[in-house]
Amino acid sequence: MSANYEPNIVAFLCNWCSYAGADLAGTSRVQYPSNVQIIRVMCTGRVNPLYVVNALQQGADGVLVSGCHPGDCHYMEGNYFARRRLGMLKDLLEFAGVDPRRFHMSWVSASEGHKWKEVVEKTVEDAREAGPFEGFRRRQIDW
Amino acid sequence: MIEKPKIGVYVCHCGINIASTVDVETVEEYALKLPNVEVARTYSYMCSDPGQALIKEDIKEHGLNRIIVASCSPRMHETTFRKAIQEAGLNPYFLEMANIREQCSWVHQDMEEATAKAKKLVTASVAKVRLLEALESTEVDAEPAALIIGAGIAGIQAALDIADAGFKTYLVEKTPSVGGRMAQLDKTFPTLDCSACILTPKMVDCASHPNIELLTYSEVEEINGFIGNFDVRVRKKARYVDFEKCTGCGDCAKECRVADRFPSEFDEGMGKRSAIYLPFPQAVPAKYTIDPEQCLYLTRGKCGKEPKCQEVCGADAINFEQEDEYVEFKVGAIIVATGFDPFDPSRKPEYGYDDYPNVITGMEMERLVSASGPTGGKVLINNGKEEIEPKEVAFIKCVGSRDESVGNEYCSRVCCMYTAKQAHLIREKLPDANIRIYYMDVRAFGKGYEEFYDRVRRENVRYIRGNPSEIFKRGNKLVVKAEDTLTSTPLEDEVDLVVLGVGLEPRAEMRQVMDLLRLSQSGDRFFLEAHPKLRPVDTATEGVFLAGCCQGPKDIPDTVAQAKGAASSAMIPLARGSVTIDAQVAEVNEATCRGCGFCVEICPYSAIEMVTVNRFGHEIEVAKVNEALCKGCGSCSPACLSDSIQPKSFRDRQILPQIAALGAMK
Repeated sequence: MSANYEPNIVAFLCNWCSYAGADLAGTSRVQYPSNVQIIRVMCTGRVNPLYVVNALQQGADGVLVSGCHPGDCHYMEGNYFARRRLGMLKDLLEFAGVDPRRFHMSWVSASEGHKWKEVVEKTVEDAREAGPFEGFRRRQIDW
Repeated sequence: MIEKPKIGVYVCHCGINIASTVDVETVEEYALKLPNVEVARTYSYMCSDPGQALIKEDIKEHGLNRIIVASCSPRMHETTFRKAIQEAGLNPYFLEMANIREQCSWVHQDMEEATAKAKKLVTASVAKVRLLEALESTEVDAEPAALIIGAGIAGIQAALDIADAGFKTYLVEKTPSVGGRMAQLDKTFPTLDCSACILTPKMVDCASHPNIELLTYSEVEEINGFIGNFDVRVRKKARYVDFEKCTGCGDCAKECRVADRFPSEFDEGMGKRSAIYLPFPQAVPAKYTIDPEQCLYLTRGKCGKEPKCQEVCGADAINFEQEDEYVEFKVGAIIVATGFDPFDPSRKPEYGYDDYPNVITGMEMERLVSASGPTGGKVLINNGKEEIEPKEVAFIKCVGSRDESVGNEYCSRVCCMYTAKQAHLIREKLPDANIRIYYMDVRAFGKGYEEFYDRVRRENVRYIRGNPSEIFKRGNKLVVKAEDTLTSTPLEDEVDLVVLGVGLEPRAEMRQVMDLLRLSQSGDRFFLEAHPKLRPVDTATEGVFLAGCCQGPKDIPDTVAQAKGAASSAMIPLARGSVTIDAQVAEVNEATCRGCGFCVEICPYSAIEMVTVNRFGHEIEVAKVNEALCKGCGSCSPACLSDSIQPKSFRDRQILPQIAALGAMK
């Protein structure tokens, strides 16, 4: 592992809770590592587990999915679907030999700017410990 | 014919909000090298008129057909820029925002890191914007009616405003009467208006207004639909009293076999009521209600030979066979005005609220000083032998507010003033009493508040700066143990009566309302507004608005102001008569749909149905989305085995390039 390794992390955040929570972290000028790049989706229920695999294939060292707290989904049940689908994926990734520290799922509400910072720090720290991801054959897509 | 994308990238300085951490010029130069980017610019404030004009001119001059604004959160200005590009003739959905403020410049300090991240975010936006599709939003009719949940002063005011504007208004109240907390108050600070005198006319107006349908002793059971078209189901709980026949004479309550046995909710448990009751004399509607958990007949099936109430009711209004009724109706907008709970001081056992009868709450004090209260307005305490007037009275402020140990960091905003007002009222009634108020800070922020606080201090009310640590009993006196922090003097203050200035808390049952309407809570556990400054009465659920203390502690003027604000916001769809349905809904590719129906099962809004189509002479089933019901969450999409159902603007083919772009940028 090179000394200046900075993990590249792709995050999928739901529009209503976690994306708003990350916005609040900004408004409150909370400082956190810059390794996490956010892709906004309307609901974590929209996150196809294959997106996570895809991100790892495309060069991400870690993936984070964050949504409303269970029971608080703006769309009633979307985050329950996400929890099931991505929970299964987490097991599958581990089975496939991917370090479980590379994939995180969290619940951050629109009022939890500080929690968002903690989640980012934890995700980055874990991905840093896990090292650069070379597990999948790189399937770089020319977008 | 698919147009070749011609992208314009606009990087905002946001004054120095972005530019001080992100090197915007570097981002601009970088963006120009990205595929399909024709124009890249920076500007001090993209959202300003000249900023928007810049985009519009470029669209015309360079024939741009996709726009990226790298600035604040799309939650802030997406609508602004959509409108701008639409004015320049572009489809409003050909816009992507790169959030380089809230999620970049404001959260990172290192210029190099922040600039690198901004580049990544812009790259991901370019990757996506090229593949966005033109969408058309649709208009559907809005039901010209409103539902208001909670009939305290907030709900009452909002209902009156909407009804006065000519719209049908359903006002649902859980308890048997409208009025809420304000009805329990004696005088109101700082003007000392009698609360009942200013409230009861409004209560009566509510009941008699031709446009208001008052549903008291009722609870909202179910809400479905969306802005403009909410389907509401309300349960009218059985009163066991015929609403039409009851004249409100009160003979039943006097004759009830368990008359005056139960603590009156209205009198904060200090007065008593019967099992059949009117919550308070001015209750609206003036109809009696039988408490099913207290009534002998309803709990034991027997009440003497014949229930007394039935026997004495001249109007023959008692009906033990009555059952809960359900009413269903449609509304275009909803206002939540469910109020607050006073803090329960049992959670601060050091103040002995549970142990000493002469430690009371501010709400109890309201009833004690009220002429309509259990003592007829006399301030009396029981010294163990008889009812006497207290000589030494202490108030303690911030009980349950500004107190992390009970989980309430916030200021309740009313306790400073209500304790001052109660001190004044006690001074009026007991000129010789020694009154002191223990405080942390005095916050007299409203109109006329500071003046009132000064007045109370001049009335020989002592303000002692210190937060008491304990209350205990010594002989027949209560001892308030505190430290006067201005003089660093420890005190053991012997008093007869302690009034706890309890704060305001979110309602215990607010979870029910949250589940009904998909509302969120803020850190203080009150309902979360859409924006703390610019959308203070809106919620994340369109068409649902907040009024009063359910959104956070408030005094009466602020509550009324907010209720009027919520009413006017709620009237927008009602007056317009229609609402715009977001175009970002799911769509099925009929050609690849294999008709399994997984998406139908998953959709939380039942927005997908199976329809039969004819394909080469074969009748086959495919899924179809009802665009009016679909909310665009996209939960259906990962469940689809053939990737046939996709939310517009968040399709796989629009998200995957974002992932690819970000993954590649190590």
